[in-house]
Amino acid sequence: MDIKDITPDQIVFWEWGFVHLNLTIVVTWAVMALMVVGAWLITRRLTADLPLTRWENLLEILVHGMQKEIHEVSRQSPRPYLPFVGTLFLFILVSNILNVVPGYVAPTASLSTTAALAICVFVAVPGYGIRSSGLKEYLMQYVKPTVIMLPFNVMGELSRTLALAVRLFGNMMSGSKIVAILLALTPILFPVVMNALGLLTGVIQAYIFAILAMVYIASGTRARQERERKQAESAEEKGEQG
Amino acid sequence: MEGISLIGMASVLSAGLTIGIGAIGPAIGEGRAVAQALSSIAQQPDEMNSITRTLFVGLAMIESTAIYAFVVSMIIIFANPFWDYVVANAGG
Repeated sequence: MDIKDITPDQIVFWEWGFVHLNLTIVVTWAVMALMVVGAWLITRRLTADLPLTRWENLLEILVHGMQKEIHEVSRQSPRPYLPFVGTLFLFILVSNILNVVPGYVAPTASLSTTAALAICVFVAVPGYGIRSSGLKEYLMQYVKPTVIMLPFNVMGELSRTLALAVRLFGNMMSGSKIVAILLALTPILFPVVMNALGLLTGVIQAYIFAILAMVYIASGTRARQERERKQAESAEEKGEQG
Repeated sequence: MEGISLIGMASVLSAGLTIGIGAIGPAIGEGRAVAQALSSIAQQPDEMNSITRTLFVGLAMIESTAIYAFVVSMIIIFANPFWDYVVANAGG
C-alpha cells in the first residue's frame, strides 16, 4: 500500500459500471476462503481417539477459550452467542494476523469492512434481546429509568456502533500507515519492529471487538436476567417467611 | 495559487494540532486507568484475570477518542476534501 492511500478501497483492480473490484473485497474473500478451507481440512477426519492432531488441538483451544470468555463476560450459557461472537473474533483475528504477509493489507484497515461488522453487531443486539426476553420487554429497556432517557439510550446505541467501527479501522489503518511511513524513512530494521507491534495490536483489537460485541449483546438481554433475579429473590423471601 | 497555499498551510497545522492535543486527554486517562489496575492487582492478585479483561475493554474505550483524533488528522492530510476541490478548480 502506498503512503497516499489510507484504505485498501482505493486500490481498484477492475471496474464495470458501479461494480468495483478493489483490494478490500479480494482480501476479504481470500481470508474467508482460507478459514473455510482450513477448518474443513482440519475437521475432515475427526476421531475421538488420542492423541489429537496438532491442528485439531489448536481449534479446540480456540473454541474452548472463546466459550470460557463469553461465559465470564455474560454470566450466561455461551451456546447461543458462540457462533456470532466467535465468527467475528476469528475473522478479525485471521485478517489482522495475516498482516505480516508482504503485499497483504488487512481488510479491517478499510472503513467499509469495519462498518459492516459493526452493523452486524448493531442488528444482533436487538435480535438476541428480543429472542431472550420478548419484544415488549426489550423495548421497555429504552424507557428505563424514565421516558426522558429514551433519546439518550437511542443515541448511545448509534454512537457505540460508530465507535466500534472507527476504533477497529483507526487501529489497523494506523498500523499499516506507520509501517508505510517508516519504510520511507528507515528502510531495514525498524519497520519489522513496528510490524511485530502491529501483530500485538491486531490480536488485542480482535479480542476487544468480540468482547465489546458480547458486552452489548449481554446488556440487551439484561431484562430477562433482572426478572429472573427478582423471582429468585422473592422466592427466597417466601422461603424465609414460611 | 493563493487558495492552494492557504489550504495546505491550514491543513498541515491543524493536522498536527489535532493529533497533538487529541492525544493529551486519552494519555492521561489511560495512565490513570493502568495505575489503578496495577494497584488493584497488587492488592488482589487472585482477581488478576477479570481485572485485566476489564482493563483492556476500558482502555479500548478510552483510546477510541485518540483514534478519532488520529482519523481526523489522517483525513486532513491524505483525503482533504477542500484540497481536492481547490486542485480540481485550479486544474480545469
